[in-house]
Amino acid sequence: MKALQVVKPGLFMTVQDLGRYGFLRYGVPISGAMDTFSLVAANLLVGNKQNDACLETTFIGPELQALVPMQIAITGGSCSPKINDQSIPMWQTVNVQEGDFISFGSMKSGCRAYIALRGGIDVPLVLGSRSTYVRGTFGGAAGRHLKIGDVIESFKVSLIKTQYALPDELIPQFTNNIVVHVILGPQDNMFTDEGIETFLSNSYKVTLESDRMGYRLNGPVVEHKGKVDIVSDALLPGAVQVPKDGKPIVIMRDAQTTGGYPKIAVVVSSDLCLLGQAKPNDAVEFSRVTIRQAQKKGNEYSKMLSSLDQKLKAAC
Amino acid sequence: MRYLPFGDAAVLVEFGDKINLEINRKVTALSEAIQNANIQGVEELVPTYRSFLARYDPMKTTYEQLVFHIKDLEKTTSAPVAKKEEGSEVVIPVVYGGEYGPDLGYVAESHGLAEEQVTSLHFGKAYRVYMIGFVAGFPYLGEVADEIATPRLETPRLKVPTGSVGIAEKQTGIYPCEAPGGWRIIGRTPLKLFDPKLEPPAFLRPGDTVRFKPISESEFKLLERNQRKALPEEENK
Repeated sequence: MKALQVVKPGLFMTVQDLGRYGFLRYGVPISGAMDTFSLVAANLLVGNKQNDACLETTFIGPELQALVPMQIAITGGSCSPKINDQSIPMWQTVNVQEGDFISFGSMKSGCRAYIALRGGIDVPLVLGSRSTYVRGTFGGAAGRHLKIGDVIESFKVSLIKTQYALPDELIPQFTNNIVVHVILGPQDNMFTDEGIETFLSNSYKVTLESDRMGYRLNGPVVEHKGKVDIVSDALLPGAVQVPKDGKPIVIMRDAQTTGGYPKIAVVVSSDLCLLGQAKPNDAVEFSRVTIRQAQKKGNEYSKMLSSLDQKLKAAC
Repeated sequence: MRYLPFGDAAVLVEFGDKINLEINRKVTALSEAIQNANIQGVEELVPTYRSFLARYDPMKTTYEQLVFHIKDLEKTTSAPVAKKEEGSEVVIPVVYGGEYGPDLGYVAESHGLAEEQVTSLHFGKAYRVYMIGFVAGFPYLGEVADEIATPRLETPRLKVPTGSVGIAEKQTGIYPCEAPGGWRIIGRTPLKLFDPKLEPPAFLRPGDTVRFKPISESEFKLLERNQRKALPEEENK
């Protein structure tokens, strides 16, 4: 069903779901939403499944025109959304009439916003996912970011009767100082004790060379012991590589699947969505945890997600 | 062998720190054994030159449990001795030099060889697929003859065309899609190495043996055209 027409595409708007799993061995990155919590929340707010495809916007939001009456939810970075120049709330179900224009102000916090449409975006599944992988030119809308004139289709389902709002305490606050938890390794043995100390006790600035593939950081040099390269091995989102210049690079969701720089640490799974909202000039600090602590955090996060559906229903 | 944590949802199993046939065979054998054992909580395996990554669901297993299972399998898994026990043999047609291989001249010159000598050294040898990585479907093949091993470009190209065949030190590889890259490009294949509509999507897999076959420019164009015809209509637009 034709749902939205792109009037202005914004900066870098793509279709994403929770990602494409199981094909790393063929060099296919996971892709998917940079901030998965916001994607899941947006979906639940319009009665969708957690993994339905949404629009992910970056920094500058798009202008969209509704082609049918529909329901949407906007989550993620604080982006001052409007319908026909009237402000609308984020983190809530919003009814949209045919012909309405949806637009966005400036991004006040965070970097990426998510727009869920009731029913989910209808693009073909490619290798089990609707996520866009721009470098591979597949997934999402013809394997690219959206352009002026594109028509976004959604699956046709009946509208939900109640409007949901995410409880305030669950709405993430995106600040310019991000603390993420990391597990040291797998190649922390290639750094000096001072190097590891430098990495864990300083804050690093996100540079302009940051996108869905990864974030180059700037800050105190992390010292290698000797060799600065490894024979290439596998990468996952969250891996922190340190090349010869000693400046960490955090691997994100569209990154290459293998790499030849040693990895000092890996960001814990449940903190990846926070990092997905980081923008140039934000400060990132790395705080060390054990696997057990990280998995406990992860379990709590999963439980929170699975109870969210009930909470939303109870809240309205 | 070393078992290393990779974040809170993966284990890295390292067999060594070299590009080496014996090590890579062990990687292939054990990662396949794990795949076939259907261990609870294992989500996917990513074999590389000298290690593999096992991604797991921490709600279904723990790091310690998984390491225990892998160590157990390690005892009963031996790497294949004869080459034919492993993957399939694949021939890849390549047009060498000219606009298709802009670095062939440099590779020849830097080794004091004629261009024809470089190409015949390149296609005169069978290569093992050590791993797939970098971009979707990119095979890392090894190892080229010492006489043509060449370092990467100092400044990588922003765009390397689809199908480009390159050399980086002792490795040779094929760009399955247009991508930035610093490998020395000596030729190009019309063969499509990656198709997300197929399962598996990559034409080659670790453990396969690759031979290159020199073709002319007109054969290249013919093969390229025929391949396009074989694709579904939407791609012809």
